[in-house]
Amino acid sequence: MTAGLNDYLILSGLLFALGFFGVLLRKNTLAIFMCLELMLVASTLALVAFSRFNGTLDGDVFVFFILTVAAAEVAVGLAIIVALFRRRQTVQVEELNALKN
Amino acid sequence: MADFLFYIFAFFTVACAVGVVANRNAVNGAMCLMLCLMGVAGLFVLLDAYLLAALLVLVYAGAVVALFLFIVMLLDMQGGVKRPFKKVTAVASLASLGLMLVGVSMLGSRGHLATLPSPAAAAAPVGAVLKNYAELLFTTYLLPVQVIGFLLLIAMLGVIVLSKKFEGMEDIK
Repeated sequence: MTAGLNDYLILSGLLFALGFFGVLLRKNTLAIFMCLELMLVASTLALVAFSRFNGTLDGDVFVFFILTVAAAEVAVGLAIIVALFRRRQTVQVEELNALKN
Repeated sequence: MADFLFYIFAFFTVACAVGVVANRNAVNGAMCLMLCLMGVAGLFVLLDAYLLAALLVLVYAGAVVALFLFIVMLLDMQGGVKRPFKKVTAVASLASLGLMLVGVSMLGSRGHLATLPSPAAAAAPVGAVLKNYAELLFTTYLLPVQVIGFLLLIAMLGVIVLSKKFEGMEDIK
């Protein structure tokens, strides 16, 4: 195992940056949500790498909890998007301007 | 060999992440997300976290992406006009991407993390043994496990309430 902690952290930061870019750029709510998941996975990669290179298990257990919470979060978020679509007939963020002005 | 695999998985993961961000078709985006998660699972295997790799494939690449695909097909958003991005949105997101890339490259060029006291070869892979997880989850993290179980129950109830149709709520637009 020659790929060091720095390599994993750079990859994790790169994934996080790409996800953040997508969250800011995309207009479809579902695409934004997918990019959010990408950011979450990038952070778990950093946690697992830290845990492995320090020889502890706490980061791994934390990732275990993150996976569980992410599953619940995706279920609730998609239910909200479906409820929004039923009411407004759109999932484009530019048309969801009920709170504007 | 592990080094070679790391670079393959890293390239694969980043390429699929670009696919998630750049794909205009939501179904293709979800598929790219699934491939990206498979790449991350491969990286978890390289980091000796076999349980987490299996869980990532089962929970994320299985359940979550299937849920995404299900909702994409339910909402059927393929039609409609494709408007170009607003200029301010494109500039702001590109600027944020540039700033984050600068931060990551600073981590690569000036970070002192390579000099951590315990290099990988010395540290034993504690994450590879399933028994260690069980010990931690049933002793130190017993309360969080219970809380997470309760959270899943609450999420289930919340989803049921959200997807139920209520009478007399149609006036809220």
